[in-house]
Amino acid sequence: MSIFDYFKSTKKDTASVAKERLQIIVAHERSQRAQPDYLPRLQKELLEVIRKYVEIEQDQIDVQLEKNNDCSVLELNIVLPERE
Amino acid sequence: MAKIIVVTSGKGGVGKTTTSAAISSGLAMRGHKTAVIDFDIGLRNLDIIMNCERRVVYDFVNVINNEAQLHQALIKDKRVENLYILPASQTRDKDALSKNGVERVLNELANDGFEYIICDSPAGIEHGAFMALYFADIAIVVANPEVSSVRDSDRILGILQSKSRKAEEGERVEEFLVLTRYSPERVARGEMLGVEDVEEILATKLLAVIPESESVLKASNQGIPVIHDKDSVAGQAYSDAVARLVGENKEHRFIALESKGIFQRLFGRKG
Repeated sequence: MSIFDYFKSTKKDTASVAKERLQIIVAHERSQRAQPDYLPRLQKELLEVIRKYVEIEQDQIDVQLEKNNDCSVLELNIVLPERE
Repeated sequence: MAKIIVVTSGKGGVGKTTTSAAISSGLAMRGHKTAVIDFDIGLRNLDIIMNCERRVVYDFVNVINNEAQLHQALIKDKRVENLYILPASQTRDKDALSKNGVERVLNELANDGFEYIICDSPAGIEHGAFMALYFADIAIVVANPEVSSVRDSDRILGILQSKSRKAEEGERVEEFLVLTRYSPERVARGEMLGVEDVEEILATKLLAVIPESESVLKASNQGIPVIHDKDSVAGQAYSDAVARLVGENKEHRFIALESKGIFQRLFGRKG
């Protein structure tokens, strides 16, 4: 690290902002890409089934497929509304 | 065996055609028999960058549809021996490229002794871009140091890693990054993503940094691929890229700020 880098680091420049934003969006899009094609449909159908019993919103259900070495885990997170 | 190289980017206007023209000319200048194909159906532009726009009689789609022989459609470059251009058609039917048709043309070029086939991809991720990258052995991803371009490059890398023929066969397309319109001055001022940043985000091997240079526009004005301009930094950077592509070990240039050299020597340089 040069002496100039030391002075530069006191103020956050726009290039660093760009890098941070890119790292976040690229990581997010890569994780989406790794998901199988059927997940969005699965999520939609699950939502329909659950809505028969409980009223929930689209964003209150989250379906993820985690891949380990020898098995895959389908993780389903549903946030139920508080009872009135 | 012919090597098929796709020049792609996702985003438009980052320098795919400039890079295709320069790299194909550079390979031919080194004595390799090279063909460069314009996959941008409906918006052909490689011909005007390479100054053969008035010599187009038949095109890529004519060959695919068996309306012309491959040798009738190939245009011999007037500057370099061993270089041939296959122009895109100006028809608006972008689905004119069939997978079988493209494969047949590539095979025919390989059988004719072409060592390198450069596929100049259209922007976007639709059919033409997919056809350009599907058969590739090597991918040159062209990006600008700018957020939308880097993001789109990552999407194209994802497609190369999942949808290309190599990927379907369980292999991997060899990927390289060409970072164009680079300004070491602006990077030093913290106004532009640095080459290390882009390399880190995309996790792709750097083929070359092409500095922002007036010579690129001057070259396209005249239809002379910029690699012929030996005095320009962009031309030199593309020559280096070609050398690395054929396996030579060349240190990267045009990355550091020239005028900063003395300070770097005094304070900054490691090892």
